[in-house]
Amino acid sequence: MKDTEISDLYQEMIVDHSRRPRNFRRLEHATHQADGFNPLCGDKVKVYVHLENGVLRDVSFEGEGCAISKASASLMTETLKGKSKSEAEQLFSRFRDLATGSGDGSDLGKLAVFAGLRGFPTRVKCATLVWHTLRAALEQTSGIVSTESGAAPGEVE
Amino acid sequence: MSSLRVVKSAEFDLLEVRRDFPALHQKVHGKPLIYLDNAATTQKPKPVIDAVDRFYRFDSSNVHRAVHVLSDRATKAYEGARTTVKQYINARSEREIIFVRGTTEAINLVMNSFVRPRAKAGDEILISALEHHSNIVPWQLLAEQTGSRLVVAPIDDRGELILEEFERRLGPRTALVAVAHISNALGTIMPVHEIVQMAHARGVPVLIDGAQAISHLHVDVRELDCDFYAFSGHKVFGPTGIGVLYGRESLLEQMPPYQGGGDMIRSVTFEKTIYNELPYKFEAGTPHIAGAIGLGAALDYVSRVGLVRAAAHERELLDYGTALLGAVPGLRLIGTAREKVGVLSFVLDGVHPHDVGTVLDRDGIAVRTGHHCAQPVMDRFGVPATTRASLALYNSKAELDALAHGIRRVQKLFAVQT
Repeated sequence: MKDTEISDLYQEMIVDHSRRPRNFRRLEHATHQADGFNPLCGDKVKVYVHLENGVLRDVSFEGEGCAISKASASLMTETLKGKSKSEAEQLFSRFRDLATGSGDGSDLGKLAVFAGLRGFPTRVKCATLVWHTLRAALEQTSGIVSTESGAAPGEVE
Repeated sequence: MSSLRVVKSAEFDLLEVRRDFPALHQKVHGKPLIYLDNAATTQKPKPVIDAVDRFYRFDSSNVHRAVHVLSDRATKAYEGARTTVKQYINARSEREIIFVRGTTEAINLVMNSFVRPRAKAGDEILISALEHHSNIVPWQLLAEQTGSRLVVAPIDDRGELILEEFERRLGPRTALVAVAHISNALGTIMPVHEIVQMAHARGVPVLIDGAQAISHLHVDVRELDCDFYAFSGHKVFGPTGIGVLYGRESLLEQMPPYQGGGDMIRSVTFEKTIYNELPYKFEAGTPHIAGAIGLGAALDYVSRVGLVRAAAHERELLDYGTALLGAVPGLRLIGTAREKVGVLSFVLDGVHPHDVGTVLDRDGIAVRTGHHCAQPVMDRFGVPATTRASLALYNSKAELDALAHGIRRVQKLFAVQT
């Protein structure tokens, strides 16, 4: 297999979203929120959702982390606005497949920019943490989501 | 048992040293490997690989047990390694050298067998703010179990221990001082001589975590006058899963065993068991025989290369690397102690360490990114993580040039204004 290039991962869009993350704010009228944490690298993220009749009216996030985690959070919040809960679940599933190399990224829109992750298995969790956190928010799970518990086997380094 | 030649040259021959380490001569992502993660673990020289290989190929057998020839060879090699360790750190006798899994187990042994049996509520364990988690968490476990307390001596902005603050925290309640010899996150060399003197003046025993120091500094436990000294084999070019606890014999004698099992007993009946003599009292079960032999080979190797010559080379590398990285705009070195060894820990404006690490990896450069198992140190400097390049005797200036070049590439990729 051809060795992936660094530019396959750090696409212009990813660098841009990491430098200027969208929806990077606290959501005052959030109906759902959750915290995510990656104890291996210290990445922290907080996801806010305003859910109305099963639709994600608004999604935002706060936190600190690497370019991949920030860009992933930024693009996730952009993508999910106006989507239903079940659509969000499907997107997460397809996104995870893309990141771990088992999916082709079709129907993922802008999120397909993360296709390069398949060549960087140690960085998959950076991108999926915010999605796990979103799911916890929607499920109103108490406590903090950790990348080190309940992650799918394919996400493990 | 070692029939290896002695290097006569007074010069440090970097190329020759590098030839001894097979793993250094590989490509990763199509680039020559530049291994700068030596504070995490070191690569292994051929004599170590050969010693471990030879044991499993020819001498594999249990120690201290049988009358057959393989067991005799295994026992001689294992005990020969203990003698090598004893000489290397200048202990008084082999009875003071206990083989353990690594520094972590050594510290836990001291906690369980030395401190806990005599601990009272209100006792204090004094550590520094530079400690690795392995010299923090065992004392927190102790605190939970006994009502003792962890007391932390602060560091300054350079990453040096504030000795007056340390001394102020030494008191009648201090049951033990436990400090790193060298900080793994920052490379600071701690003033261990002064620490031991201050502690002993008040009758307080001292444990030194030598995990980082053992490959960089000449360690002489008698000269240090410490009561316990712990280190891991894999950080000094030896195998993983083997380490050493040095303990002052008079203290080891008083301590109850750490674990029960075979090899640590003299006689067992259901009514009464008589423990074996030192050091076996603390080595229950079949030990990591191959690991101990590999560690002996590693220490022999370092002695042959010459620690003084290697240290001079590393000093030059550190000065070169410090100047080189210091000249990169937007780069802040974390840990600028006047006495330091082997570590260039830094943060880059606008780029997270994990992204730095990923980009450098594609250049073949292995560095560590994250909190380095020293989260309190990161908190002290107000950073969530750093990128850490850590040096060993086989690194070169050209490798540091490549590191600096890689960092520039990172900045270009993330369009950081410099």
